[in-house]
Amino acid sequence: MANSPAFSRREFLRTGAAGGAALVVGFRMSARAFAGQAAEQEKKPPSPYDAWVRITPDNRVTLILGKSEMGQGIMTALPMILAEELSVDWKNVKVEQAPTNPKIYDLGTGGSGSVAGSWLPLRRAGAAAREMLIAAAAKKWEVGADTCKAVDGRVVHGNPKRYFAYGELVESAAKLPVPNFNTVPLKNSDDFTLVGHDTRRYEVREKTTGMAVFGIDSRVPGMLFAVVARCPVFGGKVASFDAAKAKAVPGVRDVIAFETSGRGASTAGGVAVLAVNSWAAIEGRKALELKWDLGPAAKESSAGLHEQFLENLAKPGKIVRNDGDADSVLGSSARKIEAAYEFPFAAHACMEPMNSTVQIGPDGAEAWVPTQAPQWAQGVIAEAAKLPPEKVIVHTTLMGGGFGRRYQADFVMEAAQVAKAAGKPVMVLWTREDDMQHDFYRPASYHKMQGALDANGNLAAWKHFQTSTSIAAKWRENGAEKPEQGEFGTGLTIPYQTPNIRIEYTLAESSVPRAWWRSVEHSTSGFVVESFIDELAAASGEDPLAFRLKLIGGDRKIPLFDAEKEPPLDTARLKGVLELAAEKAGWGKPLPEGQGRGIAAFYSFDSYTAAVAEISVKNGAVKLERLVYAVDCGRPINPEGVRSQVESAAIYGLSAASYDAITISGGRVVQSNFNDYRMPRMNEAPKMEVHVVMSKEEPTGIGEPGLPVVAPAMCNAIFAATGKRLRRLPIQPQDLV
Amino acid sequence: MGTTFTLNGKSTTVDVDPQMPLLWVLRDTLNMTGTKFGCGMALCGACTVHINGEAARSCITPVSSVAGKKITTIEGLSADASHPVQKAWIEEDVPQCGYCQSGQIMSAAALLAKKPNPTDADIDDAMSGNICRCGTYQRIRKAIHHAASLGAGKS
Repeated sequence: MANSPAFSRREFLRTGAAGGAALVVGFRMSARAFAGQAAEQEKKPPSPYDAWVRITPDNRVTLILGKSEMGQGIMTALPMILAEELSVDWKNVKVEQAPTNPKIYDLGTGGSGSVAGSWLPLRRAGAAAREMLIAAAAKKWEVGADTCKAVDGRVVHGNPKRYFAYGELVESAAKLPVPNFNTVPLKNSDDFTLVGHDTRRYEVREKTTGMAVFGIDSRVPGMLFAVVARCPVFGGKVASFDAAKAKAVPGVRDVIAFETSGRGASTAGGVAVLAVNSWAAIEGRKALELKWDLGPAAKESSAGLHEQFLENLAKPGKIVRNDGDADSVLGSSARKIEAAYEFPFAAHACMEPMNSTVQIGPDGAEAWVPTQAPQWAQGVIAEAAKLPPEKVIVHTTLMGGGFGRRYQADFVMEAAQVAKAAGKPVMVLWTREDDMQHDFYRPASYHKMQGALDANGNLAAWKHFQTSTSIAAKWRENGAEKPEQGEFGTGLTIPYQTPNIRIEYTLAESSVPRAWWRSVEHSTSGFVVESFIDELAAASGEDPLAFRLKLIGGDRKIPLFDAEKEPPLDTARLKGVLELAAEKAGWGKPLPEGQGRGIAAFYSFDSYTAAVAEISVKNGAVKLERLVYAVDCGRPINPEGVRSQVESAAIYGLSAASYDAITISGGRVVQSNFNDYRMPRMNEAPKMEVHVVMSKEEPTGIGEPGLPVVAPAMCNAIFAATGKRLRRLPIQPQDLV
Repeated sequence: MGTTFTLNGKSTTVDVDPQMPLLWVLRDTLNMTGTKFGCGMALCGACTVHINGEAARSCITPVSSVAGKKITTIEGLSADASHPVQKAWIEEDVPQCGYCQSGQIMSAAALLAKKPNPTDADIDDAMSGNICRCGTYQRIRKAIHHAASLGAGKS
């Protein structure tokens, strides 16, 4: 885009897309994910702006916003909200990526929060622009604004009707005051014609013609392509290298050693091979002669981590939650059930490998980055370039998957350092092997579960003791004191009633980088809670669905433990999705021999998800035949987009259940490509149905909540079919016999 | 001394290392970035193009091996998203992140050219070399059947 990073409303007025006047309304999106916080945010004055709606004389409406499109559909859902309030034809709505501005505190995209956080701000911005256009028309006609209304991109008045197209009004509307966002009238939701209706993806055409430009497609005149040799052991460094043979590879232009450090770094740096094309750079790297200083992590292994998990669980953990006296109830219970669950590290494996393109000049830098966190990218480039952040322009490109991986800045920092040293524009491209072996992985974890049932099959006590390679321990300032933060999610607030809950935690030490992976802690908590509750149902001799509904009990709102500011868990909505999924799946109907049906439900990102899985087991192999979902994510903006996201999370969850395992040996990742880090393919994809609750509640997350229920629904179905409980992921054939 | 082939109907000569994979020739030498890099080992299908009408993984295809052959990339499938497979992809709202879809579409178009009315088993066979991390498989399957009904196999 042509605008400088620090543009103001006045500059927007000057530089409207059509070159002439424009009506521009600046506003502020909620920085964080949740509707409650969006409401708080809106009490503040809408300045500085981080999003704008621009209406030009050609009747185009452009939404300029700093959210990253990684496949989750925000380029569709967010402008739909705006267009609804603005009463404008969807075909006239365009989306532009907002430039980074260091004065704006957050343009990040994650936590399934874009729609929830943007719902109210976008409605108010759309309504404000609409009211300004109405006021401008009323003034021209010299009639009361209350006698005019906005219909399909026009302001209409009188009988017989006369009208102005929005484009005719922008110049005069731009001179009017912007209405108060807190009091601007919003549409009655019964009148919605776009929100709540299936709408095709905004950028679908580009994505079916090869025209969509991803980060890896960035091309800058004079650029070189680079690949980096990094120490295979986490934390290791270059001891020495000889570039002579690499430089002899045709097309190689330079070899540059560099160091990285600080919060964004995942490695100690490496040796970059720069060439005229990607292939020459890859070939040049093969020819590099390198010696590594492997460092202390070289002894780490997955087997050692497993031993550490067992040692940790043999000692008391940190008490995270303690209601009642679970230990003594468990100690004296006649019906005590115990089980242990284990997860390995998991890689994100975005289809587009990491990459960044950076150009650094004496007075400024420009970068093209497929990032979920453009401002973090801006910060690390500024640091490497020794420039103030406002001199760094980051263009957020489309991205070939994100899933949390692209919230990191490691791949940006490397490119910035190499570009700085090279004095030329450089794309640092990661090969698949680089991407697999230098990810920030979903933590590995181990969970010891204990439950007690009373004589009536009620839950007398629940104990969950987890040890894991925590994310907080790596990332949070207070992570050393509170490594358990973000490791349990809704596992801290189970919806199943019991007077005695005890939750304990012990950090497992590891040098393996870890961070947010689609649905984060809910991916593991969902499996543990929804598998163990199924074990309790079986021990009680009750139907898994009936047992869940009984333990959830009456309608109430449960405050989230240690997160009271977040929306509470509404048991009526949880039961709603359980019952809907069960009904649509034909819960209780007989299945052929060798098949089984399992159910799971979970609350995450303020949304309610339930799934019924039907599996078959043949010759020791599990196949997920059918997956029936019910989801309640509040008001669905684009139901088709909601279904897409749930289908996507389902396959990601199937991948985690079936294959995802990063193993460590000698301090390095064993897996390297899609041959040893497999993922589901067409022949493994189940038949899926996604039933979306047409709720009128505030919209909540949907990019991630589909994931946590997949593995437990599948494994509960395997139990139904075979009597085998699978307690470690991914599913292993030897656990089936 | 270059390598000459027909690219999307046009005779094209490139002067590069004969061992350079076609993928990188397309992307970095010719700046045709619709064909994607995913794995470099023919494991994911993101780089799928047609060589003399057959779906092929350009990431492991040395450019020397396509001398004199006809290459079609996603950019050459149609000028205006009018190929029945592209139409079906749009109508079924298949793509999410979209990164793998060039390869998916090229594999599907090659399948339909051979089997105008593929069964689900045919689709499994032809499409299982293409990974989609966003998990759009169900929509891809539906879109292939849809494209078949639009006469993709006859184009």
